Order: sequence, then structure tokens, then C-alpha cells
Amino acid sequence: MVKVYVPIDSTALSLGAERTAKKIVQEAQARGVEITLVRNGSRGLFWLEPLVEVETAQGRVAFGPVQPSDVAGLFNAEFTNALADKAKAHPLYLGLTDELAWLKKQQRLTFARVGITDPLSLEDYLAHDGYQGLKNALAMSGADIVKAVTDSGLRGRGGAAFPTGIKWNTVLNAPAEQKYVVCNADEGDSGTYSDRMIMEDDPFVLIEGMTIAGIAVGATQGYIYLRSEYPHALKTLNEAIRKANLAGYLGENIQGSGHTFHLEVRRAAGAYVCGEETSLLESLEGKRGLVRFKPPLPAIEGLFGKPTIVNNVISLATVPIILDKGAQYYADYGMGRSRGTLPIQLAGNLKQTGLVELAFGATLRELLYDYGGGAASGRPIRAVQVGGPLGAYLPESQFDTPLDYEAFTKIWAVLGHGGIVAFDDTVDMAKMARYAFEFCAVESCGKCTPCRIGSTRGVEVMDKIVLGKNHPQNVQLLRDLSDTMLNGSLCALGGMTPYPVLSALNHFPEDFGLSNKEAAA
Amino acid sequence: MDNTLSHEQHAQIQAHIQAHQHVPGGLMPLLHAIQDDIGYVPETVYPEIAKALALSVAEVHGVVSFYHHFRSHPIGKHVLQVCRAESCQSMGSAKLEAELKAKLGVDYHQTTADGNLTLLPVYCLGNCGCSPAVMLDDEVYGRMSADKVTALISEVCHG
Repeated sequence: MVKVYVPIDSTALSLGAERTAKKIVQEAQARGVEITLVRNGSRGLFWLEPLVEVETAQGRVAFGPVQPSDVAGLFNAEFTNALADKAKAHPLYLGLTDELAWLKKQQRLTFARVGITDPLSLEDYLAHDGYQGLKNALAMSGADIVKAVTDSGLRGRGGAAFPTGIKWNTVLNAPAEQKYVVCNADEGDSGTYSDRMIMEDDPFVLIEGMTIAGIAVGATQGYIYLRSEYPHALKTLNEAIRKANLAGYLGENIQGSGHTFHLEVRRAAGAYVCGEETSLLESLEGKRGLVRFKPPLPAIEGLFGKPTIVNNVISLATVPIILDKGAQYYADYGMGRSRGTLPIQLAGNLKQTGLVELAFGATLRELLYDYGGGAASGRPIRAVQVGGPLGAYLPESQFDTPLDYEAFTKIWAVLGHGGIVAFDDTVDMAKMARYAFEFCAVESCGKCTPCRIGSTRGVEVMDKIVLGKNHPQNVQLLRDLSDTMLNGSLCALGGMTPYPVLSALNHFPEDFGLSNKEAAA
Repeated sequence: MDNTLSHEQHAQIQAHIQAHQHVPGGLMPLLHAIQDDIGYVPETVYPEIAKALALSVAEVHGVVSFYHHFRSHPIGKHVLQVCRAESCQSMGSAKLEAELKAKLGVDYHQTTADGNLTLLPVYCLGNCGCSPAVMLDDEVYGRMSADKVTALISEVCHG
């Protein structure tokens, strides 16, 4: 029976994939065509979703975007015989999926299986190199596993880019009866969805990464702190964890090794600040998500006061391939001190949005135009926000910046979690700057004054500037306030809100009713 | 005893409290379980929760009120969340918000007169590749317009 693939990823579902899948099954039954429907993850080409694929002797052939109303036509073209001329003549025929330029140019390591496998099939996972990393890890000492992660050059993909191996090493060397591995899956940044895709489309890779982390540092309990806005990811993770437990990949005596690792998903409740690791730990303990002072570091005193690894989904989901193929294999990708690959998420006003995993070093321009195809509106791209709501806005003159942590730091910007949001020339950058303060005011945990009060004062100052009131004084006030927030906030929420604000002011003063000179510091 | 709650709802809440009483950091999962069943976390049960988890009533109130997701009052039968984040703004979500508020005759955090639908803002649904996005109950929808959302509401909430 020919296999037909229809994605079950949230983005595909948000464009009608469920109806398309149902229609395909109905139509196949009505016509007596025998098919096996597989619900795979998304390949990450969102402008083509729902992307339907058909298995052939030469590989999978893609059709898209397929709406329920297109299904009868596809059967008329005998699309399940996808190598025949009749199928090729169908207007939605795209050719072999792996040959699509968007995919072919990518370097998918962390996302190697995403879109290819059935997310909840452990057999599929194993057949596509799944649990090879764990197998190797089980034959290594904790210190050697940590060394491999350190040598790979992997840095925290949540945004802070702290070397993962160094964090693990601190936990490894912290003596304690109980240690924890916590996965930060509170992916709240606008323009980001790679964590969600991993959890919905390849959940076992995250489970495997967390299991390796637990074995490496001697932690027997893991938690995935998952944002409440991801109900599909919740269901998928819980089901995958159930299956992993049944198959002996979680729980006591994992694969006969004597190691124990229990894993549980905990739901967040819509507080952006809980993406900050200490606020997240408070929340996991059942408290208000107030940011903690550091030190002590969570690696020394984390969850319930015990040594805790807190890593982002992508960091943990990258560990299996490092343990499978070796640290050097991973470190061979990338540039400078940014080793390996970054799953980049194209979002906002772009023709072709989706997931692009590439070695560090590609330029923004390549991503916005070669992959993104320019603005969806057909107008010029005027500004790009990289790294979520706390990331700087970049003007066209900075589009040649390579995606590299240090290159972004040099232009006073952040790469963050790799989300890229494009705006066309209708954007009002003063409004976006005001919005950054408004967002900070809503989401501030309230513990430190610069963030709690500064954000509200920021909204007020922005309103005055936009109205043209006392420009020189208010611009000075805006810069002073930003300086206080940058240097005096307890965490990145208050500490980085000035990034979008000041970058908007510096690069787009005309939107604030200012000349370059008036806007200058 | 809260008279607005049925006996069945009370029993559900009791069962959840018992199940989470000894779970480390059990307050958040407990609040989720209650809200999943009842639709909100009734203030009248704060004392029972506090007692079972060895907390003060103020601490329970503090947690419920800290998180946007939790609510202490009942809302409409269905919930429409409209994304306000930057990616959706770049694709015209401000216009979508204004049009939806006008069409539904409610502002954020309000419920339509028939008690059917509550409108909530949300900061990012993780569907940034298909902005603007909304979530109706537990399903996300991408590339939305006011007309498409209205059609969805008729289908899901009145269908």
C-alpha cells in the first residue's frame, strides 16, 4: 500500500491539515484506492502547508499546498502514483521533496528527522538513528559525556548562548543526593517555533537528550516546563514519554544499564518571564515566577535547592547527534566561536516562512531573500527583529551580518533563539519601540525596580516623544531610562527591553519625528 | 461550600487536591487540573487548596493572580485568543484585533452577551510562520482575517 503523508504539526493544522487528511481518507475509500496515511511532522516549508507527500521508489514526492477542495483533483490525477506523468501534470505537484531547493541547501542536524518520521512511532525513531547517542553515552563515564558536549562547542540555544558543557560540568561536580534536569520549553519569543516543532514532530529526540543529560550528571528526575499555549506539544510529549517508559528508555534501569531517569511534563501558565531560568524554577516549585538573584547558580542550587541543569529544548535535542556522530562532527559546522548549526525560524512578513537549519555564518540577507523570498506584501523589507521581543531591530544596512553570536554582539544585537521577524515599509518603528515597553510592563515579574517601574515610565516617555513634546529632554530621558534598565535590571526582561527601543530610535529616528542629530545620544 | 459549584464539581476539585497534595511543586499542576475541569479556579476553594498544600491563602491567591493563564472567575463557553506579538503585528494583527472587537462587541477580557465567547489577548502562539494567528479553544489557526475568524466562530461555537 502506498504511504501518503499529511503533517500533524500545529502550523500545518492551523492551515487545515486535519481536514485535508480526512478528505484524503474519505476519497481513497470512496474510490477504492488503498493507501496508508501517515501523520508526519512538518518539513518546515510553511507556505506549502498542508504539504502532502507520497512515497515512491525514488523517494517522497510532494504536493502542496493541498486544501480539502484539491483532494478530488489529486485523485483524478492519480497522485498516489506520483512518478507517472499524470501526477506530475497536477498544478500542485512539487517534485521530490528532498530535491526542493529550500530543503536541499539546509544542514539539518538537530532537525534531521523532523517532517520525515511519524513523531510518535518509536520504531520510526529507531530506524532513523534514534537512541544511537544514548547507546554510546551508556558506555561512557559521566565526565566523558560532559566532555563530548563541551568539545562540540554547543552553546545554549535558548538565547543566552552559554556553553552547555560548562553548565553540565558544574552540575556533575556538585555533590548532592538529588539532581535535576529541567528543559526550558517556555518558548515565548515572537518569531520562534523551533522548540514547538521538535516537541510535536520529533519528541523522542528531546527525551533522549534529557536522558543523556541525566546520566551524564547523575540526575534521576527531569521536568519539561512547557508553555500552556502548546496543547498539541503537551499531548505528543506525554504520549512519547509513555512509550519511552514502556520500551525501557525511561524509568528504572534504562536499557539494562542500571541508570534511572524519570521524566515529567509540567505546564507553564502564560508568564513570559518564566522563560528566564530562575523564574522558571520558582514556577516549577509551585510559586509565583519571581526571578531569583544569582548567585547561587541553578547548577549549584536550582530546583528545590538542588544542582540543576536548565537547558533549552534545542540544546537538549542536539545532544543525541553529538553523542552519536561525535563532538568533532558537530563542531566542524559553524564559524568562530559559534559551532554547529542553528535552527532559524523565518517569521512575520515574508513570502516563504519556515524552518531553516544551517551552520552558523549565513547572512540575514540570504535568509530574508534566498529563503524568505522577500516580504509577503511585495513591499521592501524595512526592519528585521532577530531574537524575539528583546532583540534589536536591524535596518537594511545590517542585513549582511552573518548569523554568529559574536557578530551580532558587535552590532549591539542578539541572535537569541534564532527567530527572524521581518517588517515591510509600512511599519511604524516608534510604535514598535513603545510596544517593547508595554510588553515589558505587562510581563515584568515585579521584583526589580528598573523593570517594574521603568517599563511603565518608558511607555509614557514614548507617548510624549510621538506627540512631539519637549523632544531634546524626552529623548535624553528615554536614553537615561534605557541605561538604568540595561544596567540595573535583575534579568534579561528589563535588561534587554532597551535593545528593541534604542535600536529603533538609532536606526529609524524619522519614525520618532526626529532627525539623526536630534536622536543622537 | 461554594453554592455556585455543583456537587460534581466539588468532588472533582477534592479529587484533584488529593492527587496533587504530595506532588513536589504540585500547586501549578493542581490549578491547571481544576481550571481544565471547571473552567476557572474558584476563589472559594483557595482555603482548601492552601490547607492541603501547607500554604497560606495569600500564597494561593498570589500564584493564581501572577499567571495570565489562570482565572478566578468563570468565562464564556469558548475562548478566542488573538496573538499580539511582533510577528503577527508585522502581518496586520492590530487591524484584526480592532475588527474582531468591533464585530464581537467586546473588548479583551470580556465575554459576548450570550455568554458564548470570551476574547483574550495572547503573547505568541508559536505559529509565527503563518501570522496573524488566533487560537479558538485548543486549536490554532493561521493567516487569519476578521472574516475568517468570524466564520470559524460560527462553525465551532454555533455549529
